[in-house]
Amino acid sequence: MLGAVHPTIPDAATFAVSAAVIMGGALGVISSRNPVHAALSLVMTLFGVAVLFIEQQADFLAVVQIIVYAGAIVVLFLFVIMFLGVDRRENVAFEPLRGQRPLALLLVAIVLGGVLALGVSADWATGAKAVAGARTAGGHSNVYALGKAVFTTYLFAFEATAGLLVIAVVGAVVLARRPKMGEAAGPDGGDLGLVDDPEAEPAGLELVGAPGMASGEAVPTEEAVPTEEPVPVEEEVSR
Amino acid sequence: MSVPGAWYLVLAAALFTVGALGLLIRRNVLVMFMCIELMLNAANLTFVTFARMLGDIGGQVIVFFVLVVAAAEVVVGLGIVVAIFRRRAETSADDLHVLKG
Repeated sequence: MLGAVHPTIPDAATFAVSAAVIMGGALGVISSRNPVHAALSLVMTLFGVAVLFIEQQADFLAVVQIIVYAGAIVVLFLFVIMFLGVDRRENVAFEPLRGQRPLALLLVAIVLGGVLALGVSADWATGAKAVAGARTAGGHSNVYALGKAVFTTYLFAFEATAGLLVIAVVGAVVLARRPKMGEAAGPDGGDLGLVDDPEAEPAGLELVGAPGMASGEAVPTEEAVPTEEPVPVEEEVSR
Repeated sequence: MSVPGAWYLVLAAALFTVGALGLLIRRNVLVMFMCIELMLNAANLTFVTFARMLGDIGGQVIVFFVLVVAAAEVVVGLGIVVAIFRRRAETSADDLHVLKG
């Protein structure tokens, strides 16, 4: 079924160029020594995937791919890379686990061969074509069809994503918040950073300035923290 | 006639493979996250291809949800990286072998 059809020259050219961009970007991600270069290669791959989305009449997803992935997620990556100052080069040639790379290559080759063999044996796409309900652009635009599906068939999942995003935001705030020594014993609640107590912030600053002095207030399980903490914290402040 | 879906599926499989390889051989946590994004994109491309081949919009809706989950995953993951980096100034996965903070 698939060998019989021959794509037109523009379609084939679009696919070939996009595939080259995608694979070039992907190889750039895994081979570049600098994380910033890896992030920029990731943008290249995401852009190629967006072009292939347009080629397959998924216009809305292509736009979302550019805005959300290239515009938000990669920028978040770059922000964290530069925020932490880890954009120094990594010695890629150094291999801590001997034989890890050949084994990884072997495993990945087995997976690729298995997936391709499965696809060939199953004639790539099994199952009946949709005859009723949601169709891709059945007389309407892609955005219409997608919006109708999201707000009718997949409404519950769509609502659940709202909860997921709220949880992710709260989790990010909790994780990225600088811990306060006085609160370490509390089970939860005040840990969320929503409570606004005035003397909490000086305590946090005192930890940064003189970590040894603050250790007296710490619970026993946290005693190891101040001894390790000065180096990274001061490094971060100096940036 | 547009490009047959099998080409897209082979490309997506190759992209997934490259992402998995990078996840296995790289040690920088940030680059490992980017490799996860590569694998998610390969899955997205597969979903969109199947949506076109089978004429069902459900594949595109799944991609929409994958985008949301990827955004949430990156936010929480990078928050964890920042929290770890605050304790130990490194982002190499090999050096993170202690659960105690």
